[in-house]
Order: sequence, then C-alpha cells, then structure tokens
Amino acid sequence: MSGKPRLTYLNGRGRMEPVRWLLAAAGVEFEEVFLETREQYEKLIKDGVLMFQQVPLVEIDGMKMVQTRAILSYIAGKYNLYGKDLKERALIDMYVEGISDLMHMILMFHFSPPDAKEKNIDSVKDRATNRYFPVFEKVLKQHGQDFLVGNKFSWADVQLTEAILAVEEKIPAVLSEFPQLQAFKVRMTNMPTIKKFLQPGSPRKPPPDDHYVETVIKIFK
Amino acid sequence: MTAKPKLHYTNGRGRMESIRWLLAAAGVEFEEEFIEKKEDLEKLRSDGVLLFQQVPMVEIDGMKMVQTRAILSYIAGKYNLYGKDLKERAWIDMYVEGTTDLMGMIMYLPFQAADTKEKNLALIIERATNRYFPVYEKALKDHGHDYLVGNKLSWADIHLLEAILMAEECKPDILSAFPLLQAFKGRISNIPTIKKFLQPGSQRKPPADEKFIAVVRKIF
Repeated sequence: MSGKPRLTYLNGRGRMEPVRWLLAAAGVEFEEVFLETREQYEKLIKDGVLMFQQVPLVEIDGMKMVQTRAILSYIAGKYNLYGKDLKERALIDMYVEGISDLMHMILMFHFSPPDAKEKNIDSVKDRATNRYFPVFEKVLKQHGQDFLVGNKFSWADVQLTEAILAVEEKIPAVLSEFPQLQAFKVRMTNMPTIKKFLQPGSPRKPPPDDHYVETVIKIFK
Repeated sequence: MTAKPKLHYTNGRGRMESIRWLLAAAGVEFEEEFIEKKEDLEKLRSDGVLLFQQVPMVEIDGMKMVQTRAILSYIAGKYNLYGKDLKERAWIDMYVEGTTDLMGMIMYLPFQAADTKEKNLALIIERATNRYFPVYEKALKDHGHDYLVGNKLSWADIHLLEAILMAEECKPDILSAFPLLQAFKGRISNIPTIKKFLQPGSQRKPPADEKFIAVVRKIF
C-alpha cells in the first residue's frame, strides 16, 4: 500500500490538471491511472467508486475524492497552501474561483466547433487582459510582496501560474501590459517544485490535441 | 460595531440564494441591496467594488467578497458549519459540489426556450433521481445519523435541503424513492432558523417568474 495519492482521469489536462499542478507544487509524488476506453469508465461506475459517476477521482488518505474543487481544497489545506486563517482562505478562494472561470473558458475552447474557435480565443484574450489579469497585477503592485496572499506561497499562486502559462500557449504576448505578472511568472516558475514540474518527463500534460478531444467524446459521450 | 452582511444581487434566487439560505440557517441577519437596472450594476463596477465585475457580492467583516463558493465557504467556516477537521471539510465539499451541480441545472431552466426547457427538465429529474439523491440517501443510511457529516449540522445539510426543495418544485414527488431523504427534509426544515426562513415574509426568494427573467436579461 503506497501512501501516494492516485489520480484517475484521461491522459490529458482537462479538469485534473490543476490537481497535478497543486500536488507537484507541494512536492507530493502521485500515481496516475489513465482512462482510455468507455469500458474502463463504465467499470469504475459499476464498481461504485465514483460518488457522482464522474472523474476526476483522487484516492488520497483513505478517501475516494471527487469534484475538482473539493480535491484541490483538501490538498491546499493539507499542505499548508491555504493561508493562515479564515480571511486569508477567503482571499485565496476568491482568487482561485476567478482564475477557474478563466481556465474554464480555455477548457471549453478545445471542444468548440472550428468556426467558433477564433471568436473564443478573442473572448479568452479579452477576459484575461480586461477582467482577470488586471486584478492580480494590482494585488501584487499594492502589497509589493512575492506571493498573492499573506506573503506566503499558496494555492492561489499555483493556480495563477497555471493560468498564465495556459493563456500564453494561445496568446503568447498576453502579459505584455502586466509587468508585475511577468515578474511573478518568473519567480513562480523558478520555485524548485514548479520548475521540476515544468520539465520534460514530469506528470504535466500537453495541451489537448485532436486525439484527446476524440477520446473525451468517446468516453463521456 | 458588527455591521450586518450586505448582499448585492438582483431580487431573485440566482446565484445568491444559497448564500441567503446559509446565513439564515446560521441565524445571521443580513441586508440586501437589489440591482434593478443595468445602471445599478454599472455603478457597482465603476465604483470598483466587484473584484471580477460580477455579482453576487457580499460585504462581510470588512471584505467585499465575490464568487459564490468563496462566500459560502467563508460563512460556513465562520459559523462552524464546515466540519471539525480537514477530512470532514472534504466530505462537506464533495457533497456540496454535487448539490451545486444539480441546482445549477435547475437555475438555468427558466431562461431556456420551451423545447430545450422540456429536455433539460427531464435530464434534471433523471440526474436527481439516479445520480445525486441516491448518494445522500446512502450516506444517511450508512451512518444512521441525522446529518450528512460528523453527526452535526453543516453546510452540506443546508445545501441539500435547498436542492431538495428546488427539485420538488420541478417534480413534487421526486423524493418518492428516498425515504431517508424525506425524513431528512422534515428534520432539517424544522430547525428553528430554517423553519423561520421557510415562512412567508422571510428573505427567501420565489422561483423565477416572467418578470424576473426580463429583469435579468436586461441587466446582464
């Protein structure tokens, strides 16, 4: 019985990627089981291991955890990435929820029809540069600290780093008006655990390609 | 000076209703400022009080909180409705995410075209009956306690009651196959703070009607 958390999902980013990021940033090694066929997924449902018949599933500390936010909150709490009190947790939660909304747009982008893709990228760019990134640029500027909340590395920093890199994959110059975020990105990507996660051979998954999109459609219909 | 929490939203359920439920269940009095026209929302935005330009927004303990889940988690934590430790919190979070998904489906129904609405209503009933309610029925059966987590009232119980009542508005006998949930509904509805919230004259909002739909479409 290994104590390592075990992640069950498709072999791609999807809704599991923030979990991979957070575990990696916390320096926690984990195992992965990849769903490749509908039969595998149906077996999991039949075996009763998916509370709401959905993945992500993370087996951790004797629990079969589902629901991405619940999983992330648990990991953040366990590894001291959730602030020092209720108010810091509130700030982290607000920041993470905002970033999640942006990440959701990117997630959906890959499943949009070809003729809608350009419009969707424009929406992502608009929201990133006008709604989300200005908030974090301002937060960093106002307190002048290295991390978003409480002068300490937290889940919010990990989530923002993931989002910045994901948006940059689609819009390379997206941080051009955000000097604080540029510096933040450099600081975060140089943290040893994150740096390691960003190297080839890590559990980090590549952006979705056509094969991944097909697999998702096949398995989840 | 403890100011009452102040809720900023439209005069209807939407994404704010779960917050009203949780505050009410915790016995916390709150004020509401209703957005009635587009200008009201634009003023909030230009005043810089909406972190991501969106409502719900709740002024509480010196913070201008946004993002429904963040607000609910804060209230749950503050009023001891979030379990006794990390693991109980994990169970509460999982249960709440399930009821959130179910209520999310129901929330959008009034805004859909007639044919989509019919299809989605059928899906909601199917999901409630086959995916969500069985989980909570089983949880109550397995431990035999009055509450979902840790033998103590938590956010998960309040959220589940809200979801049950919303689902019953879609199909009145939707709990027919779930005896433990029927008993649960009776018990939780009788908790004094919740009983009060369920009475006429409380800050609980009615289901969306034509008038509310029109207001929402104009504002957003």
